[in-house]
Amino acid sequence: MMIRGLILLILAGLSAPVLADSRMDAAPYAYVQLKDPAKERQAKELMATIRCLVCQGQSIADSDAEMAGDMRSLIRERIEKGEKPEAIRAWLVERYGDWVTYAPPTRGSSLVLWGLPLVLLMFGTGLAMSRIRRKAR
Amino acid sequence: MRKLLLWVPLMVFALFAGVLLRGLIAPESGTISSKMVGKAVPDFTLPAAIASHPGLSSADLKSGKPVLLNIFASWCLPCATEAPILLELEKQGVEIHAIAIRDKPEDVVAFLRQHGDPYARIGSDVSSQVQISLGSSGVPESFVIDGKGIVRMQHLGDIRAEDVPKILAALKAAE
Repeated sequence: MMIRGLILLILAGLSAPVLADSRMDAAPYAYVQLKDPAKERQAKELMATIRCLVCQGQSIADSDAEMAGDMRSLIRERIEKGEKPEAIRAWLVERYGDWVTYAPPTRGSSLVLWGLPLVLLMFGTGLAMSRIRRKAR
Repeated sequence: MRKLLLWVPLMVFALFAGVLLRGLIAPESGTISSKMVGKAVPDFTLPAAIASHPGLSSADLKSGKPVLLNIFASWCLPCATEAPILLELEKQGVEIHAIAIRDKPEDVVAFLRQHGDPYARIGSDVSSQVQISLGSSGVPESFVIDGKGIVRMQHLGDIRAEDVPKILAALKAAE
């Protein structure tokens, strides 16, 4: 009985989870670096700031999902052709929205995000100062 | 007036905490919709996925008649679930084109034999490049495209029986 349980446990450990993955090989540049180190560095930097679509919370540089591999290949191939990283980012944002990039473009809504703490801090300081001054009197 | 002003920081804090709590209790849905809705289909040419059907290019999506573009794969389970619905749509006269993602011809043939074949054309996208250019983030997904090649609607996930009226309405509106 013990042994049977142990064998089952080992088999369970060996079994691979059933994932919805294709039977195709990875895209050409999913796991292959570009020959030119400068271009590869550009690609890497961009990939680290593009969000994976199917494994949200990871960048495509960190993910082993097939779609992330396909996106890495897309980025490397375009950089190889001489496209600028920011142009590729803009191309992706056009398709998936700001959501896809970890370095979103500055817009009105981000002004609120950065400005509000400053405004609140000033308001709080003002409030505290007026109280302290009143107490001192 | 001054008394009221003192409550402002607490109110702002409560608002902030509320927003955070809402994010914790009901996180964003995991699906990312395409921003291509309302824009023209990007130019592409895909080879035929299987011998019996022609491949698909962006020109085929500008035929003057609205079509349904279905992004599918033989290895995707929900794609098998939506197959009968697609057959029903085809029976109702909807022209359906497909892009097979990361698929081998023999797998596509086996999939269509098992689940039925509603497609007029099937393009093969072996490394998801056209899928990405459409702003699609998974399989299955479907796009309603009008006769001029403008994306009118995106449906994320498998099309279920209850989605059929919505799809048909979008196709009608695209005429």
